Amino acid sequence: MNKQKEVQPLSEVTVRFAGDSGDGMQLTGSQFMETTAAVGNDLSTLPDFPAEIRAPAGTLAGVSGYQLHFSSTDIQTPGDSPDVLVVMNPAALKVNMRDLKPHATIIANSSAFDAKNLKLANYDTNPLEDGSLAAYNVVPVDLTQLTMAALKDMSLSPREKEKCKNFFALGLLYWIYNRPLEHSLHWLEGKFGKKPDILEANKRALIAGHNYGDTTEIFTTRYDVKPAKLEKGIYRNVSGNEAIALGFITASLKSGLNLFLGSYPITPASEILHELSKYKNYGVVTFQAEDEISGVASAIGASFAGSLAITTTSGPGLSLKTEALGLAVMTELPLVVVDVQRGGPSTGLPTKTEQADLNQALYGRHGESPLVVLCAQSPADCFFMAIEAARIAVKYMTPVILLSDGYLAFGSEPLKIPKLEELKDIPVHFRKEVEGFHPYLRDENLTRPWAIPGTPGLEHRIGGLEKKDIYGNISYDPDNHQLMVNRRKEKIDNIKNDIPELIVEGDQQGELLVLGWGSTYGAIKEASRHIQAQGYNASQAHIRYISPFPKNLDNVLNRFKKILLPELNTGQMANVIRSTFLRDVIQFNKVQGQPFKVAEIENKIIEILGGHNGN
Amino acid sequence: METKVNEIVKDVKYTAKDFASDVDVKWCPGCGDYSILAQVQRTSPEFGEKKENITWISGIGCSSRFPYYMNTYGFHGIHGRAAAIATGVKLANHKLQVWVATGDGDMLSIGGNHFIHMCRKNMNIKILMFNNRIYALTKGQYSPTSEKGKITKSSPYGTVDFPFNAIKLATGSGATFVARSLDRDPKHLQEMITRASKHKGAAFIEVYQNCPIFNDGAYSLLTEKETKPENVILLEHGKPLVFGANKDKGIMLDGLNPVIINLNDGKHSINDCWIHDEFDDNPTRVFLLARFTDLQGYPTPIGVFRQFNKPTYDEDYVHQIEQQKSQKGEGTYEKLMFTANTWEVN
Repeated sequence: MNKQKEVQPLSEVTVRFAGDSGDGMQLTGSQFMETTAAVGNDLSTLPDFPAEIRAPAGTLAGVSGYQLHFSSTDIQTPGDSPDVLVVMNPAALKVNMRDLKPHATIIANSSAFDAKNLKLANYDTNPLEDGSLAAYNVVPVDLTQLTMAALKDMSLSPREKEKCKNFFALGLLYWIYNRPLEHSLHWLEGKFGKKPDILEANKRALIAGHNYGDTTEIFTTRYDVKPAKLEKGIYRNVSGNEAIALGFITASLKSGLNLFLGSYPITPASEILHELSKYKNYGVVTFQAEDEISGVASAIGASFAGSLAITTTSGPGLSLKTEALGLAVMTELPLVVVDVQRGGPSTGLPTKTEQADLNQALYGRHGESPLVVLCAQSPADCFFMAIEAARIAVKYMTPVILLSDGYLAFGSEPLKIPKLEELKDIPVHFRKEVEGFHPYLRDENLTRPWAIPGTPGLEHRIGGLEKKDIYGNISYDPDNHQLMVNRRKEKIDNIKNDIPELIVEGDQQGELLVLGWGSTYGAIKEASRHIQAQGYNASQAHIRYISPFPKNLDNVLNRFKKILLPELNTGQMANVIRSTFLRDVIQFNKVQGQPFKVAEIENKIIEILGGHNGN
Repeated sequence: METKVNEIVKDVKYTAKDFASDVDVKWCPGCGDYSILAQVQRTSPEFGEKKENITWISGIGCSSRFPYYMNTYGFHGIHGRAAAIATGVKLANHKLQVWVATGDGDMLSIGGNHFIHMCRKNMNIKILMFNNRIYALTKGQYSPTSEKGKITKSSPYGTVDFPFNAIKLATGSGATFVARSLDRDPKHLQEMITRASKHKGAAFIEVYQNCPIFNDGAYSLLTEKETKPENVILLEHGKPLVFGANKDKGIMLDGLNPVIINLNDGKHSINDCWIHDEFDDNPTRVFLLARFTDLQGYPTPIGVFRQFNKPTYDEDYVHQIEQQKSQKGEGTYEKLMFTANTWEVN
């Protein structure tokens, strides 16, 4: 060990790893994340990767990134711009430059900045040498050669050795941020236990990267981010997709219903299918259907037969499921449809985020077909909203659309694991009594009975044709149709009495309310905190129940002079608010496939408040 | 919450009436669907299932009204999706006996994808496809089984597309029970339905069904007393392929060419005839048989083209779940949430 280097305390840091799709950046990032979680920081992550699996090496199209924000305080977003950018090649530098703030540190794999890679990234001269990065703290490190040197006596091929450079970089970052190596060493053993050479090589690269930080003169300072003071409890890190899967299994355990997923692979929702497919010992049936329509249709069949039935998709898939949703509305069967929104229309930006399926979720059906629409506001919230979607679907015999998006799906944050008994019950009443049974005889919630095949004496037929009130036989009677349309709507409207009221954070009335829904929660929350620290006054309210809305929403809107509504579309929720409450809102929209930055919302709030903080 | 079903019916003696619902049947007078419904109701007591364990699923079309008329559990779905809905029912409760009632348009056109994949997966589901070679409920457009050149409302100058051969499609897709019958041959139809009910795996019955309104007489050559013997050949396992009013014609296999032979010409005898083997696991001969309807002068085969056993999707799936449960133990919330990388904040 050399002389002890200075250790500087920091409250929060944002790190981004970027490289070729094949450079293992997602893996490097997730290792850093897991170690950081183990250290006890609060954290939030966001991977950013291209739609192509392996675009040609060195090209701008092939750049894959992983951003991680960690802190000694409570944080809500993966960070606006990185403090440290680790780039494995010139393309990664070029793609990520626009997000860098001055004085950020760039750790660049210098040997990858050769003539060929520079040309692929459209650089005329080497940015590491031509002075164009003067505003930044550039640290060229020859990750490739240093890794090769650390492994030179090993019998692996040069290509295999070179592939370990991401672990060298990881080791270096662990040194800089004072993180232990144990977690990643342990992980490597699990991953490469059967390939001792590869295991050894990666371990050595990791340790060599760590030692390099210690010995080289380049780095004079290490940083220390103390554990965050989080609420007491047991935590695990979850991505939104993983949290949705865990939420549905929990709902299955809570309700005693078998879980059935009918799904067709689609980005960014496929991980829910992958995740649920692992849990067969929970009785989970995952049916990878031949298409999106079969995904939802099989789920409707499973629901008819008594399962907790779900289907998962993204925007284009939801369009294909639309007709079947009409059937689920008509047959009044419980069903949860998860739409992990992505940039659209059509194939659009399949790996990027957007909130532009709101109109589709609310209105994208034929006929008068009301259903429940919920949304999750953070990766961990996906867990709770999946359970809530299941609870409402089963209790009210209705389809429920749960909106997530690419940002939540791939992003991650710690989830404080609740006790099972802390979660709301999901009571299930399969109808058994023959006496007085009618398929469309409603209870006090306007819910019809769930009588599943296999129950003696309750044989009955349902389907997409209009039903006669109470009896459920086909009916073309005009008055009956009017009645049934009204009943279906009343049933959904009535659910507002069974959901939490909208909470206003900050002053309960005043000049400005920042109203959001879904994944914008974190950015709005941090922006609100920042502006409050500057003496401005703006409150925040965040919608998780969209259809029906919380019953106090109207009242909340009326308590503020101005309402700012940031959303990742061209104003879909703004129009819903206007048409529902005859209340105007100030739109703030972004459709770039990227989430809001905290600073964007912060600046918008300040602009609306006229740059006056009231002091 | 799996419902215990499938105890073999011992004490319950059903009759056809037990399977008739109280809903008035609303098909057109003379429709072949009436016969199919009657044969299903007559044979249902033979299925060996309590009626609460039988579920009929359908799509859209005249045929798809079928579930309303059966006093079992029933689900009238949306166009083309019956096979997919039925798959969900079966996977949710594999102990149910699941039937699909469908038509040529519903199953082979808009529902084609679900159909082939259900056959491929060998879902233990039975499909009864009413083939009237026309779209009837939408009032007379050509269907994917309409013969080339057919004049309909949507093809005033004749169709230019070739029809599907449903038997070939089902066989090629992997169905493990493939049969054809006629609405006007009640006994035969009953036999096919009963046999399908006993089959474990994807079972497909194509029923040639007359639509008196939009395609009347489509099958009259096959169903009228005078012409039937010369135009229909009955497939029976282990028996020679013989047809004709006097049973004087046979089918001989010359390599892979089926040849019609005269059993009275002194050159051929019944010993030259192709012996039908339902259990042949090579589908080649099934395709040769199925092709008869595409060839001029050949009789239309009815009966079981093929029947064989292989593991069903639902059976394998249940097995996998049981295996995982015994390996890992039943899932619990503790195991679900607390076994990953967790950390405690005090």
